[in-house]
Amino acid sequence: MACIEARGLRKAFGANVALDGVNLRVEEGRILGIIGPNGAGKTTALNAVLGLTPYQGELRVLGRDPWTERDRLMRDVCFISDVAVLPRWIRVSQLLEYAAGVHPRFDRAKAEGFLAKTTIHRSSKVRELSKGMVAQLHLAVVMAIDARLLVLDEPTLGLDILYRKQFYDSLLNDYYDRSRTIVVTTHQVEEIQNVLTDVMFMDRGRIVFGCSMEELESRYVEVTVNPEQLAAARGLKPFHERQALGRSVFLFDSVAREQLAGLGEARTPSIADLFVAVVGNNTGKSAANSAAAPKGAVR
Amino acid sequence: MNTESNAVPDSSLHARDMAPAVERATRPFYWSVRRELWENRAIYIAPLAGAGVFLFGFMISLGRLPGKMRALSAISEAQQYDVITMHYHVAAGLMMAIGLVVGVFYSLEALHGERRDRSILFWKSLPVSDVTTVLSKATIPLMVLPLLTVALTVALQFIMLLLSSAVLAGHGMSVATYWTQVSLLQMSLGLFYHLFTVHVLLHAPFYCWFLLVSAWARRAAFLWAFLPPIAIGFVEKIAFNTSYFAEMLLSQLSGGSEAVPMAGRMPIDPGMQFTPGHFLLSPGLWIGLAVAAAFLAGAVRLRHSREPI
Repeated sequence: MACIEARGLRKAFGANVALDGVNLRVEEGRILGIIGPNGAGKTTALNAVLGLTPYQGELRVLGRDPWTERDRLMRDVCFISDVAVLPRWIRVSQLLEYAAGVHPRFDRAKAEGFLAKTTIHRSSKVRELSKGMVAQLHLAVVMAIDARLLVLDEPTLGLDILYRKQFYDSLLNDYYDRSRTIVVTTHQVEEIQNVLTDVMFMDRGRIVFGCSMEELESRYVEVTVNPEQLAAARGLKPFHERQALGRSVFLFDSVAREQLAGLGEARTPSIADLFVAVVGNNTGKSAANSAAAPKGAVR
Repeated sequence: MNTESNAVPDSSLHARDMAPAVERATRPFYWSVRRELWENRAIYIAPLAGAGVFLFGFMISLGRLPGKMRALSAISEAQQYDVITMHYHVAAGLMMAIGLVVGVFYSLEALHGERRDRSILFWKSLPVSDVTTVLSKATIPLMVLPLLTVALTVALQFIMLLLSSAVLAGHGMSVATYWTQVSLLQMSLGLFYHLFTVHVLLHAPFYCWFLLVSAWARRAAFLWAFLPPIAIGFVEKIAFNTSYFAEMLLSQLSGGSEAVPMAGRMPIDPGMQFTPGHFLLSPGLWIGLAVAAAFLAGAVRLRHSREPI
């Protein structure tokens, strides 16, 4: 059974279409990053998955309809939808007590263990904690829940680089065990590049690109082309071309590395560069359609 | 593991053992009510503060008590009763008024605040249904506050009785007259009956309306709660020159003369008759409860679909 399965997911706020027929399949055990510009529909898609918003189309999360079965689904799913949604009046000890009181899979000892590694006091109120500490606290609560799907919507927004690094480190080291599924959206693409197993780009309510990281590494090559070989490089039909420090950087899809090796410096593109190439500017728009073809774990 | 082991001041109400199994038994409703008490400490602080202030004033008035008791022999028994029990009636009235005010403000804030500060996104990330949440919030004005009002009023009146007796005894006076007039048990029963019939059963549709508005309104829940009923009353008055709607609301608020015959007396008077049979047969009660249930159902639906403000 797929962890998340969506077909023709649609959602409009008035005339503004947030989700325009999204088809999505996320297998269990994957770590999927959803990347997209503001207003691309990422949060709306996640809210639909979490049963926070109604939608049109078909959607099953762990075999359930999230809109009608949210409370049951939340035994197996947990999410951090934003930093700063923890109630500001609550004490850390109350938060743990409450979670233990309502969640059948919450392990309080585990949460206490995570908190012991931080400087958060049990008697503090959330409003007294810094933004980074609130994120640590929320993560500690969420990681102490034995869930099958964890959804993170901009979990590190507004945190400094140390907290962000720590956040993903503990997520990988203390939580992820290959049987759980994690879906994460973020603008700090480069920070999660090494964390993900799959990546997906969204733009204007559609999924415009999706593939596994292995596939990304084997298919896409970025070459800083030597000036004298520009014509030869263009002959191999790069789907994106940009200038960096006065030199041309080409992106190739499914072109053998041996063919590219002579053209210049070849490497695997970063997700950020690929994102810019696929979604970023209008010049890449036509190429984006051809790049949207890959058959990955995520479509 | 025991969730109660941590030193949280108000967590020792119930001890609970949890099975070490992966799926532990949970009590979402109980913890949701506890959660409300954590967040809205005014629920018990306001009545406690009111009782404290009243007690302060009462203690000062005790200086006049011996003189007042000496003058009693000159007046009739009924007047004696009024003189002696006046403070007890004021105490009960004050505690009920505080309960009402706290209940109204709490209900208007209950489903609005969590959307305003976006914490609803956290509450919804836990396996607690919207029905449980809304019912736990309705429990505060309809169960917790009335019970707290009864308990605090009885405690307050008991302290008043003790203090008065001590003052009288200190002046070498007999407390017999005082004690025969002040019947704590009678007053407590009267108060409990009045709170349960009027403040819970008859007022239920009002509180549920406030909860509905707080789940619906984007802002100014207070205005949305009060202006529409006032507008309906005005329109009716202008259009038909009648005031059935206003009368209906007022009768439901006051308890209605048929349901709880009080004839202008305080509900804790010994002269008050309990007429539960009569009360249970009044259509106003059942229509009101049906309306309350409809409002609650609406609030549950809105909690399900409304997004953070």
